[in-house]
Amino acid sequence: MTRGMGLAIKQAFSQINRNKVMSLASLFSITAIMLILGVFFIVIVNITNMTENVKQDFDQIQVYLKDSVDPDDKTVMIREIEAISHVEDANYLSKEDAMEQWKEKWGDNADLLDRLEANPLPNSIIFKVDKLDYATGIVKQIEKFEGVEKVNYSQSTVDKLLDITNFIQVGALIVIIFLVIISIMVVSNTIKLTVLAREKEITIMRYVGATNWFIRGPFLLEGVIIGIISAAVSSGLVALLYHYIVSRFGLSLVLIMSSGFVSQQFMNINLLIIFLSLGISIGAAGSIVSMRRFLAK
Amino acid sequence: MIEYKEISKSYGENVGVEDISVKIEDGEFVFLVGPSGAGKSTFVKLLLKLIDADSGSIMFNGYDVTELSPRQVPGHRRSMGIVFQDFSLLPKKTVFENVAFAMEIIQKPRRTIQRQVPAILELVGIGAEADKYPTEISIGEQQRVAIARAIVNNPSVLIADEPTGNLDPDTGWEIMHLLEQINRRGTTVLMVTHSREIVNAMTKRVIAIRDGKLVRDEEGGNYRPEEDDDDIVPATTKSEGVLPL
Repeated sequence: MTRGMGLAIKQAFSQINRNKVMSLASLFSITAIMLILGVFFIVIVNITNMTENVKQDFDQIQVYLKDSVDPDDKTVMIREIEAISHVEDANYLSKEDAMEQWKEKWGDNADLLDRLEANPLPNSIIFKVDKLDYATGIVKQIEKFEGVEKVNYSQSTVDKLLDITNFIQVGALIVIIFLVIISIMVVSNTIKLTVLAREKEITIMRYVGATNWFIRGPFLLEGVIIGIISAAVSSGLVALLYHYIVSRFGLSLVLIMSSGFVSQQFMNINLLIIFLSLGISIGAAGSIVSMRRFLAK
Repeated sequence: MIEYKEISKSYGENVGVEDISVKIEDGEFVFLVGPSGAGKSTFVKLLLKLIDADSGSIMFNGYDVTELSPRQVPGHRRSMGIVFQDFSLLPKKTVFENVAFAMEIIQKPRRTIQRQVPAILELVGIGAEADKYPTEISIGEQQRVAIARAIVNNPSVLIADEPTGNLDPDTGWEIMHLLEQINRRGTTVLMVTHSREIVNAMTKRVIAIRDGKLVRDEEGGNYRPEEDDDDIVPATTKSEGVLPL
């Protein structure tokens, strides 16, 4: 069995060598397809990551208090809100502190806020819920409290964001499946050429009584080797591309989205794992498809 | 022992073989004759299980070939050796490697291969040509290589599909003597042929097929051109110094 294996590996390499042009062509096609996959992967992973971050920002619920509420009553209200299950760290934010936060966010334009005659911002209580699913119910409950002006909760924003993310993910998945099918076809065509070139040998093998797996072995390996090389090349290229993107745009992303890129190391490892398993499967599937007809009997 | 029992096989509208029953004992030498398209190759392919029969059974060494599972087929084929009309040698392998190939693909140990291949090459009379490539030896020697490859795994049956079809008469006879010698060692030989001279001179058992049916089965039989030749054969293909033997 081990000798059979060695024989198959030797044969697979000589087949690739003999069929250089087509092997290279399918290597390039699979690499190209994997590059596209890699870009999709980068986008999906980062969008998911950003969504998570943004979701965290938005899971705060802000309860605006009427100006008529005595600031001394706020502790009572905080206690009442905290008594509701799934509510976490309720804190009081005075209108002055709120204004300070605004000024901070506005940065260079903060002087515009100074021109206001009176502070239009309300006093508020800010809290979090441990699970977003309960948020709507809790909001409704608090809205009935005495002295509550309005409860501000960005459920719809979060929902929209999730919708967009889901759409992108499903879309990417469809494109990926499509690309994988194409690459299986490319590999199977390449291997069909070697199979045709070795038809005589295969006929003799079948007549003499070689098992199907013995005959299939070298062709299977040929596909797998092409897949592995493509995976190595494309994960290297995608890693380089990602390195470039992160070093070029990383800082701007932090400023705009207050969330950075997913780390290069995480990306490299996952790209390699995904590409390798994808490359091996594409190669194996391609060669099995191409041989099916020849080994039918 | 090979026994076809009421075997039928058709390809859509076309009949391959129809209701054939025939028995071949161990160690026999049998000619299979008939016009092109009569069903000779279907007859052989059924035995090798390269195709499946529509009905009937083929008993071979105690089992039914038509009942074999795909896993059992390689083992079944190993008990048979096949010689093709076009030799089917691999041009990039030497004579030795071509014969060794048949042993490698059924994963025989290297030592056995090193010992057995030269002995077989000697037996078929081309011991000196072991390191040459098929293109460097004569056509008769190429057919000997093909025979060596067919018998190197000690099959109980040797199937020869028009082994003299591409050879000149003298070389054809040399091959026939070799096949007879192999038959005398106990191997059953089933030879498909169109050669009247060979069939008539050898006086062996003749099985004739026509339109898929068994039309004649006789010991020491003759070749009957009016029955066994192709119906329409351009005269040119019959001369040309290739057959007819």
